[in-house]
Amino acid sequence: MNDTTAGLLQAGVLVAALALCYRPLGSYLTRVLTSERDLRVERAMYRVVGVDPRSDQRWQTYAASLLAFSGVGVLALYALQRTQSHLPLSLGFGNVDPALAFNTAVSFVTNTNWQAYSGESTMGHVVQMSGLAVQNFISAAVGICVAVALIRGFVRSRTDRLGNFWVDLVRIIVRVLLPLSVLAAIALILMGAVQNFSGGEHLTTLAGQHQTITGGPVASQEAIKELGTNGGGFYNANSAHPFENPTPLSNILEIFLLLLIPVALTRTFGEMVEDKRQGYAVLAVMTTLWASLVVAVTTFEVHHSGTALQAAGAAMEGKETRFGEWSSALFAVSTTGTSTGAVNSFHSSYTGLGGGALLFNMGLGEVAPGGTGSGLYGILVLAIMAVFVAGLMVGRTPEYLRKKITAREIKLVSLYILAMPMIVLTGTGIAMAFPGPRSSMLNHGPHGLSEVLYAFMSAANNNGSAFAGLSANTSFFNVALGIAMLLGRFVPMVLVLALGGAFARQQRIPETPGTLPTHGPLFVGLLTGVTIIVAGLTFFPVLALGPFAEGL
Amino acid sequence: MTSSFLRQLWPSFRMLLVLTVLTGIAYPLALTGFAQVAAHGRANGSLVTYDGHVVGSALIGQSFTGEPQYFQSRPSAAGTGYDPLASSASNLGPNSPDLLALIKQRRAAAVTLDGTAPARVAPDALLASGSGLDPQISPAYAAQQVARVAKVRGLSTAAVRRLVATYTVGRGLGFLGEPAVNVLLLNLALDRAAGTAD
Repeated sequence: MNDTTAGLLQAGVLVAALALCYRPLGSYLTRVLTSERDLRVERAMYRVVGVDPRSDQRWQTYAASLLAFSGVGVLALYALQRTQSHLPLSLGFGNVDPALAFNTAVSFVTNTNWQAYSGESTMGHVVQMSGLAVQNFISAAVGICVAVALIRGFVRSRTDRLGNFWVDLVRIIVRVLLPLSVLAAIALILMGAVQNFSGGEHLTTLAGQHQTITGGPVASQEAIKELGTNGGGFYNANSAHPFENPTPLSNILEIFLLLLIPVALTRTFGEMVEDKRQGYAVLAVMTTLWASLVVAVTTFEVHHSGTALQAAGAAMEGKETRFGEWSSALFAVSTTGTSTGAVNSFHSSYTGLGGGALLFNMGLGEVAPGGTGSGLYGILVLAIMAVFVAGLMVGRTPEYLRKKITAREIKLVSLYILAMPMIVLTGTGIAMAFPGPRSSMLNHGPHGLSEVLYAFMSAANNNGSAFAGLSANTSFFNVALGIAMLLGRFVPMVLVLALGGAFARQQRIPETPGTLPTHGPLFVGLLTGVTIIVAGLTFFPVLALGPFAEGL
Repeated sequence: MTSSFLRQLWPSFRMLLVLTVLTGIAYPLALTGFAQVAAHGRANGSLVTYDGHVVGSALIGQSFTGEPQYFQSRPSAAGTGYDPLASSASNLGPNSPDLLALIKQRRAAAVTLDGTAPARVAPDALLASGSGLDPQISPAYAAQQVARVAKVRGLSTAAVRRLVATYTVGRGLGFLGEPAVNVLLLNLALDRAAGTAD
């Protein structure tokens, strides 16, 4: 079988597997999030924690709970890293430096999983599994909480209540993330991913050199890392490392896992608003963007333009033999489109245009199909913008899902859309203005600019992948990217919750012949166009200076 | 919002503790237990032994530079080469002059070692992997090395080619990823063959 046939078949099987899980998982999520009943273990948890599961929260309280919980998460993770040398299974690693510990704590709590450290030489087993991996579960669940609160805003009428943050959080972890992670981790273990508490196996290689085979609870972390669109690798090489991603089969499983929940949530959305076509419409937009980018990046990689890659005859720098160009490109587009940021190949060594397309994928605002929850609320915000644009064109009051888009809603949407580019462009600008941060670049010229731009794009969009030549473990980048991750995560979340609150207060209005249908191909085209145009207008100038200048 | 934020801090802390016990202790311990029972070898790194000693992991590449009797691995950016304590890619860009210089140097080395025509050197002989620990090479890179290994070892090229075929894995399920040759397992088989011949 040739590369093209195999590659297309692989993408086809991936799409088919996702299609197969779409309905059962989407409907299951709906039941989890709307059920009146608590499991026994959940009731016990509410009792221990001291929260009332029946209390329905205003958007402000929902947001306050979320922020308080995330704030405590940052502090706890910071403390854990700062006291690592006193913890068991620390493998002899010392306390993590303050700036790096801050960056890493923020990174995992915000579902970014930007890693300025190298896992195998910085973090002991306890910090990895009881600190970092815990936030993999939590941050994934928090994203879904916000999406669900927004959906409740559409569904409910004349209320100021959006649900209970603690109940949503606990149910998503206990009933969805944990069981699916167990299944995924078992599969990964059987495929060869390691799962032990080894302190390292020292040996002499066949050629007589010394080598230390590392160990750790890798598979358990790998499963939730992909499923929760987190992306923080146990090892520096992330999913390119054979212990995290041993075979082409584990590779396709990991791609499947990172797309699974963002895709299925569109079904949940359609069911909760009682019009499944609405879910299909946003899924169609996500799929169109994802598929177009898969085609683009694969094409660029297979043609391997660039002086060095042309000289070598393939775009295999930073790619593993077992994955090759096709399976690497498929992973790369899926990971940058889901805010995961795990990598099975190193994006900095992609062709100029291939790397540029990955940057642009994040610049879309992580909606193709986006992170767990964050992808859904991201595309819904853009859908409101699309409806608003269409309303301006025909001169009607815009409405979406039987709720009016008034001045308040559109202000919140505009702020949401502006927040991320502001952080990315300001951060990149500041970094480029000073010689200190500039000296962190590995490559020079346009590729160096791409490294810095990629860092801020990745941080503000909570992706976490990198053009990893950049020496990001400096005080400047640790602090600046930490702030970018915090703002890029929580400013949009609070705006979305406020939006949910604003919609919930409204009465649902009847559809009229003048209502723009938001489920047909016309709207899918409109929303795709708005998504591309918003990102294009924002980022075209800087992309022209970086990847386009390099690739053309 | 400020007062409700403060009111939520204590429940937040307790919720974090509960979830840490569940997802940060119970979950990884249970899976480790399962892994150690159900897939002991794989869960501990697929270690391979030779003459009673552990000589490596089937999943982690090794450097064979300067050992012409062995098949060579890809160039590695992990530490000084194939250091599992420093897994890494080079992160050099597609137009990087540094990468171009490395390619030139590696091509010259391959030409000297294998007598391959410069234009026919396999790309993965010239380019470093993502992990720096890639245990495999492409069938093309293996084929390029067959004659040299056979000559140094005094074996027929047909015998070496047969061993290469044995340690070549096709695409996963016939269509996933790329065919690849495991370098350590292949070299180990060569040594074993030599050992039994003695």
